[in-house]
Parts: sequence; structure tokens; C-alpha cells
Amino acid sequence: MTAESRRRASFWIVFGVATLLIAGVVSYLASSNPDGLDSTTLRGCEVVEIDGVEELRGECIAQHAEEHPLAASPLADYALEGRDGTGGLAGVIGVVVTVLVAGGLFWTIARFRTTSGQAHGD
Amino acid sequence: MHMSDGIVDAPTSVGFAVLAVVGLALCAWRARSELDDRTVPLAGLVAAFIFAVQMVNFPILPGVSGHLLGGALAAILVGPFTGALCIAVVLIVQSLMFADGGVTALGTNITNMALVGVAAGYGVAASLYTLLKRHRDRVSVPTVGVVAFTAAAVGTVCAALGFVVQYALGGAGSTSLGTVTAYMLGTHVLIGIGEGVITALTVMAVCRTRPDLVYLLRTSEKKPAEVVPA
Repeated sequence: MTAESRRRASFWIVFGVATLLIAGVVSYLASSNPDGLDSTTLRGCEVVEIDGVEELRGECIAQHAEEHPLAASPLADYALEGRDGTGGLAGVIGVVVTVLVAGGLFWTIARFRTTSGQAHGD
Repeated sequence: MHMSDGIVDAPTSVGFAVLAVVGLALCAWRARSELDDRTVPLAGLVAAFIFAVQMVNFPILPGVSGHLLGGALAAILVGPFTGALCIAVVLIVQSLMFADGGVTALGTNITNMALVGVAAGYGVAASLYTLLKRHRDRVSVPTVGVVAFTAAAVGTVCAALGFVVQYALGGAGSTSLGTVTAYMLGTHVLIGIGEGVITALTVMAVCRTRPDLVYLLRTSEKKPAEVVPA
């Protein structure tokens, strides 16, 4: 194996490992505050916690949000069965599923690849 | 920037679902010329990378965070049509597996992040890069980083404006359009800076190790090769 081909191969390993580390480890450092859109939809409301259940007081867009139809699914909210501290594992599962779904989709599209003559127009 | 179900009314959701389906079908059709044996694995990995990075919300203001959208990043690395499909796959996996982002809201979310974010981000990246190429023989890696930063920041703000348009058309709640516009723009200018930094660092890292894989860099060199008969 030449140095060049090693470098080319190591790119895939580094990219893959970095992706798994971000999902599995770095994700624990994520801010849990609402993002830009959520904070916009919460404008006008106050989040109050009553007996561990969050409630919106006031008037805001977020009050119209419906519960997610899959809120009870095993990986909902990036946790395994809702257990604390399983976010990293959920993230790794998500990475694997995403690479399989996207890879499968792109492999299929590439099967229909235009031949050189037809591709010219694109 | 994933909206839940119920934030916009049913006709708006349906309208943007149709738009998203048509847009993604067009992307799949055009992605045929972007995807080959070398780019398929990269595109799959880019989608997974964006899924991972989207998990990491970063603080932008007290009590407010933001996360990467990834439109410009995907488009620069794997091309705009494949890039839009990458983001769409991420959004579908997030919604159906992780209950992150509504299901009837998939149309609006895909429109904002996969179609608008990619189109605006790639438009800026391709224009700036073409402009640079016209004036110099070689474009340095840090310069590509600046291009990526700008494209990502603009793409993020445009994706946020997509939500403003959807809210104007069929938003629930009594918050004024002016307030929504101001808060969406204000927060997404800041999120766009974070998006720009992550995009620039990632694109520069790939440019340094495997410039042959970067779609934006290949477009200008690809043309003569395409004319050669097989």
C-alpha cells in the first residue's frame, strides 16, 4: 500500500469515526435550550413545570403544536425507551440508519446513471 | 429548526408536502449525473455526518440554541441535488425514528432545510467560487473556507425565511408576522455564523485530505472530461 492510497483510505476511516464520535459522545455537550425556531414559537409563553410536566402559560404559537404521532416510539427524543443517558447510543443508531438509508438511495439512483452522452446536458 | 405538527394549518402543510415531493423527485432525477461509484459512499457518509452534527445544539443567546442545518455543507461536498436528498433523508429519519420534527410538517421542514437551504447555500457557493476562479488560477483552501462560511450563513437565513413564509400563509397562533420575522431572522443570523464555522471547518478538512472528492472543486475541472467520448 503506497502512502497515497493509505491517505485516501484513511479519509473514510477518519470521517466515519468522527461522525460516530459526534453522535455518540459530543452530543452529550449539546445545549438543551430551544433552538431559534422553537424560541420564536414560544414567544409570549412561559414554560412552567407542574409535577414534572411542562406547561405553557400565556399565548404563543407553540401551544398549537400537536404531540408527535410517534412520541411513544422506542427512540423518541434521542433516548432508548426514554432512559436518561442513552442519547449517545440513540445517536449512533441514527448514524447507522442514516448511512444505510442514504447509501441505499444513492446507490439506487446511481444505477440509473445517465451515460456520458446524455449526461452532457446536465 | 424542525417544526412540529400543528404550527401551520392543513392546507399549508399539504401544499408544502406536494412542493417537497416534486422538488425531491427532481433532485433524484438530476442527482443521477452527480452520483457514481466514488460519490455514493461519500454522499451516504455526508448524510450521516449531518445527522450527527445536528444533534449538537450550540448556544447562541441566553436560553436559545441552534444547530447545523447542513444544506450548504452537503451541496458543496456532493452536489446540490444529491445534497438536498441528504438533508431530506436526515429529516425523515429524525421525524420517523426520533420523533424530532412533525410528520405532517415533513413537507414544510424539507422545503426549508433541504430545498431552500441547499438552493440558497449552493447558489452562493457556486457564484463565489466561479467568480474567484475567473480572477486566479488557484483557489487556496482557506479561501474555499470563506466561500463555505458565506454560503452556509446565507443558506441558514434563507431556510429561516422559508418558515416565515409558511407562517404567513397558514400559521397557527396570534403572534404577529413582524415578531416572527424579527425573531427568526435575529436568531438565524447568529445560528448562521455557527453553521458557517462548522461548514467551513468541514469543507476545509476534506479539501486538505481529498480535494478530488469535493463537488464544488470538481465542477470547474470536470467540463473538459465530460466532452471526451466514452
